[in-house]
Amino acid sequence: MRIAVCIKQVPDIEARLRVSGDGTWIDEEDLSFVINESDGYALEEALQIAERTSGEVVVFSLGPERVREALRKALALGAARAVHLKDPAFLGGDSLSTGRALAGALAAGDFDLVLTGSQSDDVGFGSTGTVIAGELGWPHAWLVMGVELDEANKKVKVTREMEAGMNEISNLDLPAVLEIQAGLNKPRYASLKGIMQAKKKEISEPGPGDLGLAPESLGETGAKIEVLSVAFPEAGKGAQIIDGDAETAARTLVEKLQKEARIL
Amino acid sequence: MSAKIWIVLQQRDGKIQKMSWEAVRAGQALAADLGGTAEAVLLGSGMEEAGNEVGQCSLGSVHVADDESLAVYTPGRFARALEAAIATAQPDYVLFPHTYQTVDFLPGLAQSLDAALVPEAVSFETVDGSVVWQRPVLGGKMFASVRAKGPGPVLVSLQSGAFSADELEKGSAPIETLSLDFAAMSADREILRIEEAIAGEVDLSQAPVIVSVGRGVGDAEKIPIMQELADALGGELGASRPVIDSGWLPRDRQIGSSGQTVTPKLYVAAGISGAIQHLVGMKGSQVIVAINKDAGAPIFNVAHYGIVGDLHEVVPAVTAALKEASES
Ligand SMILES: Cc1cc2nc3c(=O)[nH]c(=O)nc-3n(C[C@H](O)[C@H](O)[C@H](O)COP(=O)(O)OP(=O)(O)OC[C@H]3O[C@@H](n4cnc5c(N)ncnc54)[C@H](O)[C@@H]3O)c2cc1C
Ligand SMILES: Nc1ncnc2c1ncn2[C@@H]1O[C@H](COP(=O)(O)O)[C@@H](O)[C@H]1O
Repeated sequence: MRIAVCIKQVPDIEARLRVSGDGTWIDEEDLSFVINESDGYALEEALQIAERTSGEVVVFSLGPERVREALRKALALGAARAVHLKDPAFLGGDSLSTGRALAGALAAGDFDLVLTGSQSDDVGFGSTGTVIAGELGWPHAWLVMGVELDEANKKVKVTREMEAGMNEISNLDLPAVLEIQAGLNKPRYASLKGIMQAKKKEISEPGPGDLGLAPESLGETGAKIEVLSVAFPEAGKGAQIIDGDAETAARTLVEKLQKEARIL
Repeated sequence: MSAKIWIVLQQRDGKIQKMSWEAVRAGQALAADLGGTAEAVLLGSGMEEAGNEVGQCSLGSVHVADDESLAVYTPGRFARALEAAIATAQPDYVLFPHTYQTVDFLPGLAQSLDAALVPEAVSFETVDGSVVWQRPVLGGKMFASVRAKGPGPVLVSLQSGAFSADELEKGSAPIETLSLDFAAMSADREILRIEEAIAGEVDLSQAPVIVSVGRGVGDAEKIPIMQELADALGGELGASRPVIDSGWLPRDRQIGSSGQTVTPKLYVAAGISGAIQHLVGMKGSQVIVAINKDAGAPIFNVAHYGIVGDLHEVVPAVTAALKEASES
């Protein structure tokens, strides 16, 4: 099986965030970046399927230069090669223009299966995988918690999460796009050997022209929504913060739960 | 020019869920702001009763697509039906509840219509006749204001709780049949069955106190300090999704949109950031206490009491303070 995985590199948001100079995003200067959580599960699922079917995994990512590090990591984990969409025309898009670009790059790959994460931890559109499926004209399923191929590798039985603890089980014809939800497997760690091998693996960097895509349909220009500003939620209506060292704060909390909230 | 606003409701077995009523309310509010009309759309099979129920809202009309082929949701049929209906009626805005079902088909609909897509809006403002939507980014730590650009319909999904179903304006709306070429629409997945995901061994909905563990606990070895706090409070352990995904606690302890919804007397969230998917499962709790080392964590916006600090120090200290208080 030939399997593609779309991975997005996202900021590690435990850091202190600051609004960028133009007010439309965060200042990325001092942040560290990681592979988006659900994409890590998508990659693991792809690697397992490739191992079972003597197949190959190719990883795709759209983003600036720093994204190369995420692709290297995926190569160290076992992907055979990587495609990096880094041309400025690709950047700053919404899910429609980002999905269009990724689909353009995926179309030439003759894949049986494309896996994406279910949602990115930064912009969180939850949409890009479905847009890719639409562009390719393939079936898709969002929020996938189980993937089971039939013997002929022509169909896939998919378990999809629904609200309130229910699952939908369905069959999809291949090729298909599956948008993987965190938690369906146990992602592996990279081995030293894997890290060494990754250095020799290919990362190609096609531009819009190579994919036959008009630059104005891509990235920020091709997006149908624009971000005017980002901001922290209004302060004020939040929690009553209890100060002091751990012991003092703990005692005050217990007292407040007894005397103020009257629930103990 | 007056705006035409559509609200696409979600139903299951003819029952319309709360988030859909919230979306109707949002549509009414948007129509009032823009000086337009709001109309509802209902897709399914055997929709007469549900249609009449929606008809009791103040709306321009209720469009009902009632067909056997829509009895079970598939993205192929639902997106194609809406694509045809939207292309004909040309609403300016189409609102949806931000449910897992909506997220499954809405991007494909936006793409085929070449429409702007605003997922997970929590509020809007109208500025000179154009609408600016707020939506959470970065796990709910921040909010982005976004606007559609270019012509064409704007498709928006609305996050749970963003609008209040209690403020719904009642009225009487005519029911209209949405006649579409259903035979031309094919399912793109074969639904085999719908089943319960978790064998619900633990029913947290009845627990008076829940101590909920987040990723901030660090690893499985640290769960016992949380259990001790739960024991001291006479409560149960709950958890955010990553704790379950990592295998630190079983899935039947998950709280949130894909886990359990709870409303205990006391909910203690330790090492939980407060992403919306977690909040929807616990924000109805009577008293919420948050313990988190990051003062900017969104959990502090819904909590009543907060302690900013390392849970590995604070949680055992709270357990000790409880014991101290019960002895004195
Ligand atoms: C479709 C969908 C469905 C989902 N369903 C659910 C669901 O049902 N339930 C759910 O919970 N999530 C769900 N999620 C995931 C959700 O979006 C968040 O990713 C998740 O809730 C985050 O869990 P967390 O707060 O434990 O982890 P994080 O967001 O990683 O937060 C960890 C927090 O711990 C704090 N911390 C770290 N170390 C310490 C320390 N030593 N002391 C104190 N604080 C510390 C950090 O400051 C941070 O705020 C869903 C996501 C999607 C896309
Ligand atoms: N820039 C990108 N590069 C690669 N994959 C992406 C990118 N943006 C989104 N994706 C994929 O699409 C999924 C959903 O992202 P989103 O629609 O932003 O929530 C992610 O989990 C990724 O798998």
